[in-house]
Amino acid sequence: MASGITKSFRGHLALDHVDLAIDTGSVFALLGPNGAGKTTMVRILATLVRPDAGTAAVAGHDLLADPAGVRRSISLTGQYAAVDDKLTGQENLEMMARLLHLPRRAARARTAGLLAASGLENARDRRAGTYSGGMQRRLDLAISMIQRPELVFLDEPTTGLDPRSREQVWGTVRDLADDGVTILLTTQYLEEADQLADTIAMLDHGQVVARGTPDQLKSSIGTEVIRLQFGDRESYDRARGQLDAVRADRRLHILEVASNGSAAQVRELLGHLEAAGAPALKVSTHRPSLDDVFLSLTGGQAATTTSAATKELAR
Amino acid sequence: MSLAYAVSDAQVMVTRSTRRALRDPEAFFTALTLPIVLMLLFVYVFGGALNTGGKYVDYVVPGLIVLCAAFGAGTTAVAVATDMSNGIVDRFRSMPIASSSILIGHIVASLARNLIATTLVIGVGLGVGWRPVASPAGWIASAGMIVLFILALSWLAAAVGLLARSAEAATSFAFVFMFIPYVSTAFVPARTLPGPLRWIAEHQPFTPVVETMRGLWMGHTSTGAATSHEAWIAIACCAAILAIAATSASWLFRHRTSA
Repeated sequence: MASGITKSFRGHLALDHVDLAIDTGSVFALLGPNGAGKTTMVRILATLVRPDAGTAAVAGHDLLADPAGVRRSISLTGQYAAVDDKLTGQENLEMMARLLHLPRRAARARTAGLLAASGLENARDRRAGTYSGGMQRRLDLAISMIQRPELVFLDEPTTGLDPRSREQVWGTVRDLADDGVTILLTTQYLEEADQLADTIAMLDHGQVVARGTPDQLKSSIGTEVIRLQFGDRESYDRARGQLDAVRADRRLHILEVASNGSAAQVRELLGHLEAAGAPALKVSTHRPSLDDVFLSLTGGQAATTTSAATKELAR
Repeated sequence: MSLAYAVSDAQVMVTRSTRRALRDPEAFFTALTLPIVLMLLFVYVFGGALNTGGKYVDYVVPGLIVLCAAFGAGTTAVAVATDMSNGIVDRFRSMPIASSSILIGHIVASLARNLIATTLVIGVGLGVGWRPVASPAGWIASAGMIVLFILALSWLAAAVGLLARSAEAATSFAFVFMFIPYVSTAFVPARTLPGPLRWIAEHQPFTPVVETMRGLWMGHTSTGAATSHEAWIAIACCAAILAIAATSASWLFRHRTSA
């Protein structure tokens, strides 16, 4: 769908020849840390920013030759809820419906339906500025659904939301997908991509570093990950020199290595460590998560995403 | 895109901007009190000490109208700047609507707000003893002058609001803007000003606009020039500002990505 998209801002290369292909009716996640270029990519595909180079066909319309056609087929939900804070939920929806050229009566009917579907009926006459973050996102998504676009862009739809609001937004995204709408979402949460996406592209420093289904990506580093905990810093350091770890935590003396999950391989690994004078204290295996993939690809920089796993071990 | 859609888009945007203006009670309250307070201040506090060759209220009404319009322009600049930092503009721009409609919404709301303020100035003026001698045709001509002037100022404010990038920056513009009418013939005749200020007052666009209204209402200008002479200059100035400001605002709107 998009090929060779390149964009720089004041000499800083934000996107470096990015190619994306998104199947109609699928959920596609663009995953990456802050500053990876996710938002720029979305803004280019939504015709808000012109790329320096590259072409794209969005919902069958050429991005550069027919931006009006693109705009007719898409809906964009930005990082910050794009609702009018001074207008009520109902006024927001009616305004957008009128801008999409629904007749007055149809706009009103559609608004009522969408307010009900997104659980905002009781807040219909309150100004959107008084809504909680989750309610604003739901109003935002309801607006995206007015004309049932072919393609919906969701730029970090759950950033800054509490877990309950996030679950609600995920529910809305799944409803959209069930309706056959193609969705391109960006997220920095691996869990979110895992939960929602059919296909994932991992973006880092403006380049796609990996792409595939969540399962393909997870199995790309092996079917199992062996986690080894060492008793002290010395044996950890010795083992670190011996192994090709996908993740290393020096403070907690933990190394993780990819494996095929066979008992023979585990036995061989432990024997090897014994012989090297770096015996492991504890061993466990788990299915690789998208965290593991991301960390192995980016060199273990995204420390925040590992905190849940390490906390568990530290107990 | 058909004309009917463009008109309907603009209508929706006018409704939106008007609602937003009405729901900002502080700004709205200020916009309504300002004409009254300024009128009383200029007529009863300063007016006694100012000699403009007649009752001061007869002199000052056009001046207060442009002062309130300058204040209104500041409000418009802030409204546009605030909008541009809002995610909703990205959404508007990614929709198949005439992008001009968003600015038109702001301009029409600005025009409505300023015309209310103008009407208040005129009403309060009449209440405190202003006695214009204009003919009905003169009133129509002065209404035309006011609308043209406010339109030009509103587009200029929109352009500045787009340039400002933030509501705070737009606020400081609004502050500066309120002082421009003082260095014109709005409140005192140009001949009473010292050299350089007098030159500015005689050559800045507020002066012909003020003098046109003054001439139409009171029968004579403060500069001694004929009303029609001032009127042509005023119309030319306003038309030029309108054309440049509207073109650059539309260009800025298309090319400025929100922060």
